Amino acid sequence: MEIVLAILIGVLYTAGVYMLLRRSILKFIIGIIFLSNATNLLVFISSGIIAGQPAFVDGTTPSPNNLSDPLPQALVLTAIVIGFGIVVFTLALKFKFFETTGTDDLDQLQQTDN
Amino acid sequence: MNAIALPIFIPFILIFVMVAVRNSRAAQLISVLGSTLLFVVSLYLFISLKDTKILTLNMGSWEAPFGISLVLDYFSGLMLVTASLIVLCLSVYTIYFMDDEHRNNMFYVFFFSLTMGVNGAFLTGDAFNLYVWFEVILISSFVLITLGNSKQQLEGGIKYLALNLIGSMFFLAGLGLLYGKTGTLNMAHLAHILRASEQPVLINTSAALFFMAFGIKAALFPLFFWLPASYHTANISVTSIFAGLLTKVGVYVLIRFFTLFFVQDQVFWLNLFLIIAGFTMVVGGMAASSHYDTRRILSYHIISQIGYMIMGLGIYTPLAIAGAIFFTIHNMIAKTNIFLVSGMINRSKGSFYLKDIGGLFKQSPILAILFILPAFALAGVPPLSGFFAKFILIKAGIEAGQYLIVAVAIATAMLTLYSMIKIWNEAFLKKAPESSEVEPYFKKPGFPELLPSVILGAASLLMGLFAATVFGYTMVAAEQLLVPTHYIESVLNGLNP
Repeated sequence: MEIVLAILIGVLYTAGVYMLLRRSILKFIIGIIFLSNATNLLVFISSGIIAGQPAFVDGTTPSPNNLSDPLPQALVLTAIVIGFGIVVFTLALKFKFFETTGTDDLDQLQQTDN
Repeated sequence: MNAIALPIFIPFILIFVMVAVRNSRAAQLISVLGSTLLFVVSLYLFISLKDTKILTLNMGSWEAPFGISLVLDYFSGLMLVTASLIVLCLSVYTIYFMDDEHRNNMFYVFFFSLTMGVNGAFLTGDAFNLYVWFEVILISSFVLITLGNSKQQLEGGIKYLALNLIGSMFFLAGLGLLYGKTGTLNMAHLAHILRASEQPVLINTSAALFFMAFGIKAALFPLFFWLPASYHTANISVTSIFAGLLTKVGVYVLIRFFTLFFVQDQVFWLNLFLIIAGFTMVVGGMAASSHYDTRRILSYHIISQIGYMIMGLGIYTPLAIAGAIFFTIHNMIAKTNIFLVSGMINRSKGSFYLKDIGGLFKQSPILAILFILPAFALAGVPPLSGFFAKFILIKAGIEAGQYLIVAVAIATAMLTLYSMIKIWNEAFLKKAPESSEVEPYFKKPGFPELLPSVILGAASLLMGLFAATVFGYTMVAAEQLLVPTHYIESVLNGLNP
């Protein structure tokens, strides 16, 4: 299971970086979404993945080898929510920018350099 | 000690008050009162450090390392006091320098959420909590930088957002890997585990990711391009807040992480810091001297000054770390102040562009004095704060035998002096240009408008005059950072996990 997720993370990072380097702002935002999901999965996988075992067991003390650590999953929840908020803000900013300039082309963003 | 949470709690309450208050006069009054309270509380917390040296608070009574701990040591205490002084001055300044009245309340909401994020980042003892505070800072700064909705601001906002988001992802990825290796996120516990680690090389993947993340946030050499592309577009009060607080939080975390737990493989990291510090200083300084817009000069100049702080971290002796902390405090105060003054120049003459303005020395000597204070502090003229900051760093460098970086630092000080003299000559000394696009009018700033700059200028001067006292505090902070046994023990509370 870990190996599949690891490959998926790699693919998501690759796709994310590719999209970041495109000229369109919208594709840039899609790249951000890919990257943030890849990162979330990376945090998730750090807990180890064991299917079908509850995180806490009453009465008995189970071997830690049979449990996955629940904390990274909680962290990922926080990170997902934050990432969601940021993507919404980015989309709003893109919309506002499109309204004022009528362009989706990152190469047009040269006014504030130099 | 529960009062440690107050620097986070006060701005948190103020956010809700600002959402509720409709009247912008009332909002201004509340913000000044609130930030005064914040400053007093920070000062009180700093003074109460005297007995125990380190104060901790476990949020929700969850014992460290399982819950989130807030930790106040001398380093975070010093940063907290400086930051809240800046917040206080800016809350006065924005009354006169925000553009349209109806945006004022909105501005204050995000101003205080930024403050909350910054204070949280200084206080937290938990690496994931730090990530959350960084996101709070990030989102509020996105809103602040695009507040005017002009084309330039939106464009600057997109650039700022793009690189900072990528920085956050590096941060989160680093956290994930670090947790996978150690099974903890409490910084003291991390230090406890990593300092005893027998395979230090394995930590380097996380350290590299964190370095990228905070390198972007702190605007280090190859990663700084978001800063000059965006800072000059925002309203001058927003730029001043960013200049004083944002990059310095990145520097704070770099110093914290690389003294507390990324202390393996130090030969590599410290050399890297020194190289990057040198490039950051020179590139920032040279880019600053090629510009004619005061805000752009000062934006590049922020980058150049970040180099000095990282230089202190790279030399890594107690004196050097103390110098880096001293420099950070001095820079937060002086940098904010000089942005405030450039806002007043703009208000008086109607332009930030140096070729369009001139003759201010005769028209307003008081503005000239207010400019001289932070400008000479930044250039390092005694008896102002910058002289001692650079002196400590250079002395530490010579003692440690790092002559190359010392030479670079001294050369950069010349560049700094050059760009400050350029602003001085163009804006104050030369005659006002006759054929400029801007109307050659002059509007005299009133005393309340000058007050924040007077306070910060006095702070620079006092920090220079009482340099020994401040240096004493930074030295204690540096010793706490370099020998963190006390830090680890007080957070983990004798618990030996």
